Amino acid sequence: MSEISRDLHTELMVINMGPSHPVTHGTVKFLATLEGETIVDLDVEIGYLHRGFEKMCENSTWQQVIPYTDRLNYVSPLINNTGYALAVEKLLGIDVPERCKYLRVIACELSRLADHLTNVAAAGLELGAFTAFLYFVEARELVWDLIEALCGARVTVNYVRIGGLKNDLPERFDEKVKHVFKEVRRLWKDVDKLLTKNRIFIDRVRGVGAISGEEAIAYGFTGPCLRACGVPYDVRKAQPYLVYDRMDFEVPIGETGDNYDKYLVRMEEMQQSMRIVEQALAQMPDGPINVRLPHVRMEPKEKIYTRIDSLIYHFKTVIEGIKPPPGEVYQAVEGGNGELGFYLVSDGSGKPVKCRVRPPCFALTAAMPRLVKGRLLADIVPTFDMINMIGGECDR
Amino acid sequence: MDESVTLKKLAQKFPDAVVGTHRFRGDDTVIVTKDKIRDICFFLRDDPDLLYNFMMDLTVVDYLGREPRFEVVYHLYSLAHNQRVRLKALVPESDLTIDSVVPVWIAADWFEREAYDMYGVVFQGHPNLRRILLYEGFEGHPLRKDYPLKKRQPLIGPVN
Repeated sequence: MSEISRDLHTELMVINMGPSHPVTHGTVKFLATLEGETIVDLDVEIGYLHRGFEKMCENSTWQQVIPYTDRLNYVSPLINNTGYALAVEKLLGIDVPERCKYLRVIACELSRLADHLTNVAAAGLELGAFTAFLYFVEARELVWDLIEALCGARVTVNYVRIGGLKNDLPERFDEKVKHVFKEVRRLWKDVDKLLTKNRIFIDRVRGVGAISGEEAIAYGFTGPCLRACGVPYDVRKAQPYLVYDRMDFEVPIGETGDNYDKYLVRMEEMQQSMRIVEQALAQMPDGPINVRLPHVRMEPKEKIYTRIDSLIYHFKTVIEGIKPPPGEVYQAVEGGNGELGFYLVSDGSGKPVKCRVRPPCFALTAAMPRLVKGRLLADIVPTFDMINMIGGECDR
Repeated sequence: MDESVTLKKLAQKFPDAVVGTHRFRGDDTVIVTKDKIRDICFFLRDDPDLLYNFMMDLTVVDYLGREPRFEVVYHLYSLAHNQRVRLKALVPESDLTIDSVVPVWIAADWFEREAYDMYGVVFQGHPNLRRILLYEGFEGHPLRKDYPLKKRQPLIGPVN
């Protein structure tokens, strides 16, 4: 047989996959060089979605950046909000009230849950597991009901503010959480039965996109993709922010770093996120949700209408913006797909000199050629799904 | 491991390259000259007391009107010591080049391409330095402070 193939005249073939391919998020293009169906080389172009996030931020006040941040990762927007607010608070040197910290933890974990549900559902769908997709989209919709109850919007959500939050918990929120989590756990079990031991699913994901821990570190992997390689790095544990140090949860890790391990890590993290939300609800103290610093956190409207000092502060914060002292900070939080870092530089004026995001999926997407070289063309799809690339975040 | 270990070791090893250090809100910063950047990065990665094995982020800050105008900013993280450090290399506008750190951390590849695309800093020794977000025909570097906010570039379509 090898005699025959040696005599056959074969050529490498270059195939463009995307940018309008259903799995490439509309902007990404894979330029695959193929020998038969085997990938010899892969070039990833992330395209021109470019929203100009940094340029916009540098021309807005610190408060006005908030709505831009939650459009970075539109699958788990509240984590982006929280990361930015924490970074500005670090720059200002202020600390938010206890109740606010617990509420932010709840917002972050609900977002993470929605993120993983979306990711696993979409990955399943693109491998033909349509039922699993429907089940997890149902679960995700239920989680989004909670997020909607929390912040009042469903698509353009933003909840966290510098120095506090938009509003307190709605009435009977913990009952809703109980109901939703019961349903999500039921659906989780169903999908677990559908996928985890499914021969077809395992054949498509096991051993595909595998990478060693050291190599993953060199590539700058973070989040579930790094933990699937057996490196237990989680910002929530390594450098706890908010009240994560008071929460009892585990960091699931994999062994081989292949797509199956990434899937298992995400499935387990969903359970941990639900545990964290339940603990946060149980431990949450009463009290204010905003700092009492009128030059940072905007005053309530009734005060603005009735008190001259509040009106002056309102004008100051709206027109000039809040003014952090000159300096620079880097604040990392654990995003849905890895370490999300904000690097802010202030010169003491009302606008950031630099507002930089460290997007987790940028480093992951850069490693795509390494993950699929030598594999088959069909392996691009599950590998790309499992790194959870988000267009808005990846190319800012 | 407190902040001084990284700073002390760097100052000891590269006395000429370290221009300044500071600590603000718990973040350690080392400002260095650009000529030794690759050696410094290798040292930070390999020294057993430091082991900065993650290159988390690389970006450029434009301080228009100051000399040197640009700063290339590296955010490093050490998994073994659970420690972060920020490295800033000064790059003047007249000589907008710096050594690439791709040999140190492969993660720098795309981050350097992005910095080149947005600010025009040339990373010497980068294996594939070309624009990453914008198209090849794009003129200028949009994140520089002197690039107008509302400037429009011609829309390009397929050649045929």
